[in-house]
Amino acid sequence: MFEIEVNGKMIEAKPGEMLLSTLRRNGINVPTLCHMEGLAPTGACRLCVVEVEGRPGLIPSCSFPVIEGLKVKTHSPRAMRARRTIVELLLANHPDECLYCSRNNNCELQSLAAELGVDQRLYSGSKNDYKIDASSPSIVRDPAKCILCGKCVRVCEEVQGVSAIDFTFRGSSSIVGTAFGQGLNVSSCVNCGQCILVCPTGALSERNSIKDVLAALEDPSKTVVVQHAPAVSVTLGELLGLKPGKDVMGIMTAAFRKLGFDKAFDTCFTADLTIMEEGSELVQRIKTGGTLPMFTSCSPGWIKFIEQFYPEYLPNVSSCKSPQQMMGAVIKSYWAEKTGVDPRDIYSVSIMPCTAKKFEAGRPEMGRGGVPDIDAVLTTRELAQMIRMRGVDIHALEPEDADTPFGERSSAGKLFGATGGVMEAAIRSAYYLITGEELEHLKVTAVRGLKGVKEAKVKIGDLEVGVAVVSGLMNARELIEQIKAGRNDLHFIEVMCCPGGCISGGGQPVGVSVDAVQARMRALYQIDRDEDLRVSHKNKWVQRLYEEFLGEPLGHKSHELLHTKYNKRDVIF
Amino acid sequence: MSELLFNRFGEGCWHQTQKPCPDLVDCLREGPKCQQNEEKKAEYAKLMAVYRRDTIAKPVIYLGMGTCGLGAGAGKTLAAIKAYLNEKAIDADVVEVGCIGMCSAEPLMDVQLPGRTRVGFTHVTEDKVAALLDGALKGEFDREALLGQLKPQHDGIKAWDDLPFMEDHDFFKPQTRWVLVNCGLIDPGSIEEYISRGGYTALAKVLKSMTQQEVCAEVETSGLRGRGGAGFPAGTKWKFALRESSNQKYFICNADEGDPGAFMDRAVIEGDPHRMLEGMIIGAYAIGADKAYVYIRAEYPLAIKRLAAAIEQAKAYGLLGENILDSGFNLKVIIKQGAGAFVCGEETALIHSVEGKRGMPRPRPPFPAVSGAFEKPTIINNVETLANIASIINNGASWFNAIGTERSKGTKVFALSGKVNRTGLVEVAMGTTVRQIIEEIGGGIGNGKAFKAVQMGGPSGGCIPQQHMDIEIDYDSLKKVGAIMGSGGMVVMDEDNCMVDVAKFFMDFIQRESCGKCIPCREGTKRMLEILKAITRARRTEGGFQALERFKGIMYLQKLAEVIQDCSLCALGQTAPNPVLSTLRWFHDEYEAHIFDRKCPAGVCTELLIYDIDAEKCTGCTACATQCPAEAIMGKPKTPHYIVQDKCIGCGSCLTTCRFDAITAS
Repeated sequence: MFEIEVNGKMIEAKPGEMLLSTLRRNGINVPTLCHMEGLAPTGACRLCVVEVEGRPGLIPSCSFPVIEGLKVKTHSPRAMRARRTIVELLLANHPDECLYCSRNNNCELQSLAAELGVDQRLYSGSKNDYKIDASSPSIVRDPAKCILCGKCVRVCEEVQGVSAIDFTFRGSSSIVGTAFGQGLNVSSCVNCGQCILVCPTGALSERNSIKDVLAALEDPSKTVVVQHAPAVSVTLGELLGLKPGKDVMGIMTAAFRKLGFDKAFDTCFTADLTIMEEGSELVQRIKTGGTLPMFTSCSPGWIKFIEQFYPEYLPNVSSCKSPQQMMGAVIKSYWAEKTGVDPRDIYSVSIMPCTAKKFEAGRPEMGRGGVPDIDAVLTTRELAQMIRMRGVDIHALEPEDADTPFGERSSAGKLFGATGGVMEAAIRSAYYLITGEELEHLKVTAVRGLKGVKEAKVKIGDLEVGVAVVSGLMNARELIEQIKAGRNDLHFIEVMCCPGGCISGGGQPVGVSVDAVQARMRALYQIDRDEDLRVSHKNKWVQRLYEEFLGEPLGHKSHELLHTKYNKRDVIF
Repeated sequence: MSELLFNRFGEGCWHQTQKPCPDLVDCLREGPKCQQNEEKKAEYAKLMAVYRRDTIAKPVIYLGMGTCGLGAGAGKTLAAIKAYLNEKAIDADVVEVGCIGMCSAEPLMDVQLPGRTRVGFTHVTEDKVAALLDGALKGEFDREALLGQLKPQHDGIKAWDDLPFMEDHDFFKPQTRWVLVNCGLIDPGSIEEYISRGGYTALAKVLKSMTQQEVCAEVETSGLRGRGGAGFPAGTKWKFALRESSNQKYFICNADEGDPGAFMDRAVIEGDPHRMLEGMIIGAYAIGADKAYVYIRAEYPLAIKRLAAAIEQAKAYGLLGENILDSGFNLKVIIKQGAGAFVCGEETALIHSVEGKRGMPRPRPPFPAVSGAFEKPTIINNVETLANIASIINNGASWFNAIGTERSKGTKVFALSGKVNRTGLVEVAMGTTVRQIIEEIGGGIGNGKAFKAVQMGGPSGGCIPQQHMDIEIDYDSLKKVGAIMGSGGMVVMDEDNCMVDVAKFFMDFIQRESCGKCIPCREGTKRMLEILKAITRARRTEGGFQALERFKGIMYLQKLAEVIQDCSLCALGQTAPNPVLSTLRWFHDEYEAHIFDRKCPAGVCTELLIYDIDAEKCTGCTACATQCPAEAIMGKPKTPHYIVQDKCIGCGSCLTTCRFDAITAS
C-alpha cells in the first residue's frame, strides 16, 4: 500500500490496481460508461479522464495503473469540460425519445447528462438513422440508441464466447451489428440477454410480451395459468423498491391472483421433477455405459450454444426438457385432463429471469398437436412493469400459497436459481437413487458460490462421481475444449448460460452490482436452510404425479412429455 | 530466381541452405574463404562487379518501374524499348528498377554503355523511346530529356565529357541519400545486386560477433528515432522487448502507410526491399523474436510482390529460416496484408489486425514491447526505421549520429507533393530547412504563384506558414510550430489553396477513418467537419437559423478540438484536430473572411463566390446555361447571358464551362 494525492488529499492505493479502483474505494466517483468489473479496460468512453500532474493530456483512470507519487485532480475544470463535451457529443447523435424509451428513468446516459448539467443541444448536425432489429424472439436491438460503449460486444465475446455482435463500419458510421447485418434471429446469438444487462441505454431490451398476456387475461374463454422460476422471487423485490436478497414468494403469488391469473404454480415443482428424470438418466448412463459426461439441459441459451458450436456433443446433453417446458407439458396434459379444461383454452404464462426462455418456448418441438406448451414468457422486469401498470401495491398484500398440484416444491428445486443448484439437488437425489439412503450432509459446499468453474469428486456408495459446474458460456467452451483434448474424469456437468446462473439471468434487473447478485444467492441458500423438504425425490406431489400419470422416471409417458431431442443448428456467424 | 551463387563455390565449400556457413556473405562477395583459390576469388570479384554494373558487356537500359513510373506510363515505355531492341536486333540488357525519387519526371530511363557512366533521361514516354535510344546507344544524348550522368564509382568507368552529373542536379545535391541509396539504381528483384553493394554484411556481422545487448545498444547510441511519426528511440524500444522473458516474441514491420500524400515506405520496398528485410532480421535477432510480420496495405500490390520475392530469395540463401548463418537464430517472416485502414498504422490497432481482429486501438500500458501480438512481447518499427539499421551496424553509431540536430539524428525521407515544380521522394539530413526542400530540391512553386504553407505529417500534422520556412527540420522543432514529423508527407500549398478547405479535407479524412471506438474522436471529428462545412457552405441557401448555427459552431470548434486532443484514446484521435488548430493558428484571417465576410480569399470554396457574366465577352453560346444545374442563367442564344443571383447555388460549373473567359467570380 502507498499513498497518492487526489484533489489535494492523500489517499491509499494498492500497487498494481487501476486508478479508477483506487478512487472508487476512497469514495471519489468519476463516471464511466464502458467500464466492466473483472474485465480488462477498453478505454472507450473517455468519461473517467482525470488530470495527472506531469502528463500532457487527460488520463483515463480506468486503464491507468497507480504509481507512487501520483498527483491527481478528478474534477478540475479541464476534466469536467471534457466529460461534459463527451456527453454533449453523445446526445447530439442520440434520439430525443426518452419519454418513449424502455429505459426512461433507468438510463445511464440520461442520468449522466443530468449529473453533468447538460441542459441544451449544442450540436445540431446530422444523426445516424438505423432500423430496429426485432427479428429475435428474445432481444430487440435499437442501434440508434447505441452509444458504442462496447459492453454488449465484450460480454458476448469474452463472457459468453459467442461473438454474435461486433463493431462494424468506420468513423461516425461505426455501429454494433451482426454478421453481414442480418437479423439477430439468424445469428449465433443464444438469446441469453447478458447484453441487455450491461447496456447503459435503451439500445438493447427484451422482446416485450406484456400486451399478449394482458389480452389473454381479458379473454374470458382462456384459463390463464402462471408459473415462476426459482430465481424470480428473490429478485423481483429489487424492482419494486425492496433491498436485494428479499424473497417475495408469497407476496408475488398474491400479486398473480390480483393480476387475474387463474392458477399460480411454481416452476420449482418441475425442477424437482427434472431431478427425478435427469438424475435417473445419469444413473442409467453410468450403469449402462451410456455417453458421458452428461450435460444438464435446463438452460436454453446453453442448448442453442451447443447446438451451433459443438453439435458433436449433443449426445452428451440430457434429453430432459427444462423445468419451464416440463411444467408447460404437465399443465396442458395431466392438469388439463384432471380439471377437464381443453388444453387449447389454457394460456400458459411463465415468469423467467431469462430472455432465452422466450426463444425456448417457441421451439417447434416444445408442444404437441400445434398447441405450444408455453404461450408467453415474461421476464422478471416485465412482471414488475405489469405489477406497476395494474396498480398492485405489494406492500398491501398478504403472502399467499401457490396452487396445487404444482405448488409444492422442495428447496432443492429452489436452488436451481443459482449456479451449482441443479448439481446440488441432483447429488442429493442421486445419492438416494443409487444407495437407497439419504445423504447425511445435504449442503454441498464445493458447488456453491459465484465462481465460474467449480469441480468436485462426490462419493456415492462405491462410486466416485466427477462433477463440474460452469456458468458463463466462455467457461463452458473452455471445459468442452478440455474434454475434446481428452479429459475424461467427469461424469456430470451442470452448465448455466449466464454467469452466476439464473439469479443474474438476462431477464433480471439491469445494471446491478455483484453484491445484489450475491444477496439473491444468499436468499436461495437461506430458503434451503429454513426448509424441511430439502430433497426432490420426497416431493409428495411429484410422487403422486408419477403414481397417477407418468408411471416411473424415464417411462413411456415421461419420454413423450418431459424429454426432447436437440439438433445441430446452422447459423450465420 | 537465377542460380544460387554459392553453388559455384566448388568442392571445399560445405555451405547449404539447411547447413549454413557463417561466412556465407563474405564468401559471396570475395570468393570462398575456405579455399586458397585465387582464381575463384577473382571470379567472384568479377561477378560482384557485374552485379554492381561496374563492368558491363553490353548496353544496359534501366527503367523506373515503381508505382509512380508505372502511373506515368513506364509499362508502355518498357514495351516500346523491347520492341525497339528487337526490331533493330540490338543486344542490350533491360533492367527494371525502383523509383529514384523524381516522381514528377517519370518515366525515367537510364542508358549505360560498356565502360561509360550511366546517363538518365526524364519523361520517357513510349513515343520518345526510339529517338532517344537511336542517339543514346551511339553516345549522342538528347539534351532536352537529359537528367545527367552518374559519377563514376570505379576506374574502369569513364564519364562523358560534356554531361552534367546527376548528383549535382538541384534535386539531388541537397539530399543525403542513405535509405534511398540503392533506390532507382539496382534491380529490386535481385538479392545478388543488393549483396554486391554490401547487402547482408551487417546481418553477418551481427550474427557472428554481436550479442543482442550490443545490437540494441548500438542502435540506441546512434540516436535513431522511429520514422513512423512518434519518434521514439528505436534502440530503447528494442531493449524493452529484450528485457522481457517469454517463450515467444514477435517483430512487426509497419508498412501500412496510410497518410494521404505519403509514399516513402512503398518506394523503399519497391526499390530496395532487402534493405528493410535485413534491418528487420537484425531487429528480430536483437529482441529474440523468431517470427516476424510485415503489415502492408493491400493497395501496394507491387511492393508486396517485390517483398515476397525478396523473402524467397533470402530464404534460398539461408538468410531467413532456420539457423541463419549457423548462428542458431531462426526467423520466419510473414506478409500480412492490411485492408487499408488509416488507424491500423497505430500500433495496438495494427496488432489487433495482425491477430485477425478488427483494427481498433486499446489503452497502453501494457505497451506492445511487454504485451503485444497474441499477448507476447512485440516490437513494431516502420519501414524507414528498419532501412537505416544495416548502415548503422556497418558504419557504427557515431557515423550515424554525426549528422542531424541535437535530438534528431540521421536523415529523413519525405514525400514531397503538391504545388512544387519537382515532386517526389527526397531524403535529407535532419536539420535541413523547409525552405531548402521546397525551393532547392522541389524547385519552388510553379506558375509564378506564391508559397502559402506546407502540410507536414499528413492528417495528424499541421501546416508550416511562410514565416517559418527557415525552420530546421527535426522532431522537436516541428512540434513548436504546430506540425509534426509524422511519417514524412509534405504537401506544398500556394496562394490558390484555401486553408479552411485544407482543414476540411483532412477532417473529412479523419472522421471517416476514425475506428469508432472512443467517443471524442468518433463523434467530435464528425461535428468539427460539420462546422467547417457550415463555414464554407453557400450563403445564398443559408437561412437565419443556419447562420446562427454557423456562429455557434465557431464558438465550439476550438473547444471541441482541445477536448478531442486532450482525451482521445489513440494518437489518431489525439492528433485529429491538428490540421484545424494549426490553420486556425496561422491563417486566422482566412477563417474570419469565411465566417464574417462570407468570402473565400483563395476562391476555392465555390459556394461562397458571386458569379457574373461579362456582357462584353459573352458570345451567347449558351454552354453555361445548359450546364447550370439550377437554371440560374438566362439569355437568348447569340446575345449576352446573365445570372439570376437568387437562383445561383454557387457551384461554379459556369466558370469551368465558359470558353470565352466571360464568367467572373468574386
